[in-house]
Amino acid sequence: MVSAPDLVRVAAPGPPAETARHRAGTPRRRQRAMGRAALWWLSPALLLIGGVVIYPAIELIDASFGRYSITGLRLGPAGDANYTNVLAHPATPAVLTNTLVWVVAVVVPTILLSLALAQFLSLEFAGRRIVRWAVLVPWAASLVITSRLFTLLFDYYHGILNRLLLALHVVGRPVDWLGDDRFTMLSIVTVGVFVTVPFTTYVLLAGLNAIPEEVYEAARIDGAGWWQTYRHVTLPLLRPALLVAAVLNIIYVFNSFPVVYTLNDRNPGFSHDTSITFMYKLAFKSADHDVGMAAAAGVMNVALILVAVVIYLRLVDWRKDHS
Amino acid sequence: MTAVAPTHPPGLWRRLRPRVLSLTGILIGTVFLAPYAVMLLDALRPAADVLQSPPTLLPRHWQLSTFGDVLADLRFRSWLTTSVIVAVTSTAIVIAAAVPAAYVTARHRFPGRTAFLLLVLVTQLFSPTSLVVGLYREFFQLNLVNTYLAIILTNAAFNLAFAVWILHGFFASVPKEVEEAAELDGCSRPRTVLRVMLPLIRPGIVTAVIFSFIAAWNEYVVALTLMQDDSKKPLNVGINAYVTGYEQHWDQMFAASLLAIVPVVVLFVMIEKHLVGGLTAGSVK
Repeated sequence: MVSAPDLVRVAAPGPPAETARHRAGTPRRRQRAMGRAALWWLSPALLLIGGVVIYPAIELIDASFGRYSITGLRLGPAGDANYTNVLAHPATPAVLTNTLVWVVAVVVPTILLSLALAQFLSLEFAGRRIVRWAVLVPWAASLVITSRLFTLLFDYYHGILNRLLLALHVVGRPVDWLGDDRFTMLSIVTVGVFVTVPFTTYVLLAGLNAIPEEVYEAARIDGAGWWQTYRHVTLPLLRPALLVAAVLNIIYVFNSFPVVYTLNDRNPGFSHDTSITFMYKLAFKSADHDVGMAAAAGVMNVALILVAVVIYLRLVDWRKDHS
Repeated sequence: MTAVAPTHPPGLWRRLRPRVLSLTGILIGTVFLAPYAVMLLDALRPAADVLQSPPTLLPRHWQLSTFGDVLADLRFRSWLTTSVIVAVTSTAIVIAAAVPAAYVTARHRFPGRTAFLLLVLVTQLFSPTSLVVGLYREFFQLNLVNTYLAIILTNAAFNLAFAVWILHGFFASVPKEVEEAAELDGCSRPRTVLRVMLPLIRPGIVTAVIFSFIAAWNEYVVALTLMQDDSKKPLNVGINAYVTGYEQHWDQMFAASLLAIVPVVVLFVMIEKHLVGGLTAGSVK
């Protein structure tokens, strides 16, 4: 794990560094020595991040400025042609709209449902343990497997969902959940929410558990009703957990590939693709098979998620939690 | 918790409450399990029965042999082997890299500390999916396309952030005196971390191990792109072969899927308690 323990000892002599003492103004040299020792501790992580995150990111950017043959051979520089080609692609407006719809339509209901579910699962009742375990299952199952399962559940001919809805007279005739343009996005979003709620619920449940019981007692003594208590005690104290859940959800849902890709598998074209599946199809599936364009789309994806997260953090004024 | 207990007439509500709560619980549990129950029922009938129209919830013919068939299938066995190799090795790398990094950033101030933590956060934004073109090109240059190593390294790198984040919270919560006492006893710093700190943050380690194991076990895009050799695919990608344009063995696909899901559910259930505490260590500073 640590390759050179002696070196670390030599580089960082003296007692362990303490925050307070450093703030009070330790000699520069010692701080720099600590920095050098820290580098040893960080080196495995830095190697991994440098080699498998930063380097491929640079490769991606490099590829986005190159011109490629259909077999992936580099023909020469492309300037910004790949970017303009992606932006001018006839599918781009629909893909961007889909991405926005996908992220918002999954994240918002997920957070609301998870808030309620976490609250419920924090109550004491017989069988709570088992219900909590049941909620874990969609989180544990891989997204591809769950998505493939839903392609069958949603199937026009063989799907149990149509059978159920017909029996309950909710629909008069079978619905083509994954083929009919009116329902495709709704169906995909439903699966998205189904697989995202468990993780979110657990983050919020952890947040609820961290709220000390005394706070509720104080509220009760002050005569607060349950809604007042929830609104003015629980929600504000849950803010850090909510923030974490929302940011991670935005990132995961934006980057989510298997759900959209698998459920949309049978539909031709890009009309139900998000920017992630669009990029993948450009790189590996579509007839044009354009590495340069796919790389440009990949760079734009990273930029998009960065912007989305920054906007979100601005909106909720995250610094409030760090004061 | 009392926060949302509705204020109904006390007598009646008090008597009904346990039953109403348990019933609601059963209903919620059913919603989350129902799709997988259908999956199990489909794995227990012949493939032709799965594709009957109209479909039936219960099998028309029960067929219990599918699970045995799948377990005996050599393709399934090689996919399972790949999944185990990739998940175990990448998890070991994650822990080996995350423990020293989380320790030093949680316990010491040094120039570049914030920059490192920021870097770790940023890797959360770069998903392997959006980098997949870059990853493919890198591993192509290194002649690593179609190797376990490529997939292991990718999983390790992208699961690192979460492990560092979780362990950082746990390391920060260890009282300062513990570390000082060990130092006074003449323990070198790496020894202190290994012998004194690690046992104290065991729940954190368990959580980080299981999280990165599960993430690697369920990873899809990178394996789909980098593993072209059929026998070297992980379960997740391999079982696509059961349902293609040529054969439609939904029964086998679902039996294999359940066999892939069950170990992960068991792992999750094992850490369910840590999960509730372990996730807070990172989110509440």
